[in-house]
Amino acid sequence: MRSAVIIFPGSNCDRDMDVALKKFGFKNQMIWHNDMEIPKSDLIVLPGGFSYGDYLRCGSIAGKSKIIKSVLEFANSGGLVLGICNGFQILTETGLLPGVLLQNKYQKFICKNVHVKINDKENKYFKNIKKEVLELHIAHNEGNYFCSDDELKSLINNNQIAITYCNENGKEADRYNPNGALSNIAGIFNKNKNILGMMPHPERVIDKSLSSDDGNFFFENLIENLK
Amino acid sequence: MKVKVIVTLKDGVLDPQGKAIQQTLNGMSFSEVKEVRQGKYFDIEVSINDEEKAKVKVDEMCKKLLANLVIEDYKIL
Repeated sequence: MRSAVIIFPGSNCDRDMDVALKKFGFKNQMIWHNDMEIPKSDLIVLPGGFSYGDYLRCGSIAGKSKIIKSVLEFANSGGLVLGICNGFQILTETGLLPGVLLQNKYQKFICKNVHVKINDKENKYFKNIKKEVLELHIAHNEGNYFCSDDELKSLINNNQIAITYCNENGKEADRYNPNGALSNIAGIFNKNKNILGMMPHPERVIDKSLSSDDGNFFFENLIENLK
Repeated sequence: MKVKVIVTLKDGVLDPQGKAIQQTLNGMSFSEVKEVRQGKYFDIEVSINDEEKAKVKVDEMCKKLLANLVIEDYKIL
């Protein structure tokens, strides 16, 4: 399985993602944002970080960079595109995913482990995953998912809410929602579920020596589903 | 010519920075401050001399980049 991680100026989770993808057997390539073409891939990843210094709005400048045209073509033809954290913000700015990530409700940069519940398994990302609740890491200042009432209804009706913040038992409540995100949303799909944007970083928790190794479930499962 | 643009958050969209500014002003004994909404201001120099034509172009820029219409409104001054 081949993957491509796009690097923007200010990306800082690109190499973590490279390590994670390779650990689970992906042949990964790093692609610079100024390139025009992406080599043949089964998965494109937009990594976390602060692309273009978060100027204007998080992800807005990256969303207009040269490489994005190829990402749009790949995504619109059904290719798998995964956006983590800043990558999720870029996906909303390009219009591939609905809504927007606002500044965290309590004005703090949040860096900690959280639990998320998998809400939909009818997709390549979570089909057959062996855990219902994952402990993943978040590190963001703008992770407060927001969209219009109509968009939220549409997300619910089409089972596009991929993961939601919860406690270790999968219980959702305001106190388990770190950033004020609408309906505890931590990640969403597009309608066809080939595009996934999520605030938590599975690539940061892939080894027991780290604070969690639940990211293993995510990547192990993803490559199995792509075979 | 120069075109000025103001981008503001739509009503109902949470503005934690505006809230913090309001609370600070209240704490500085400006007790009359009820709400603060923070926005962005752009000064755009364009190589178009016709005002109407320049504003049409800037309007396109606002829609495509300067404002995110999910959460923001813009005004060309």
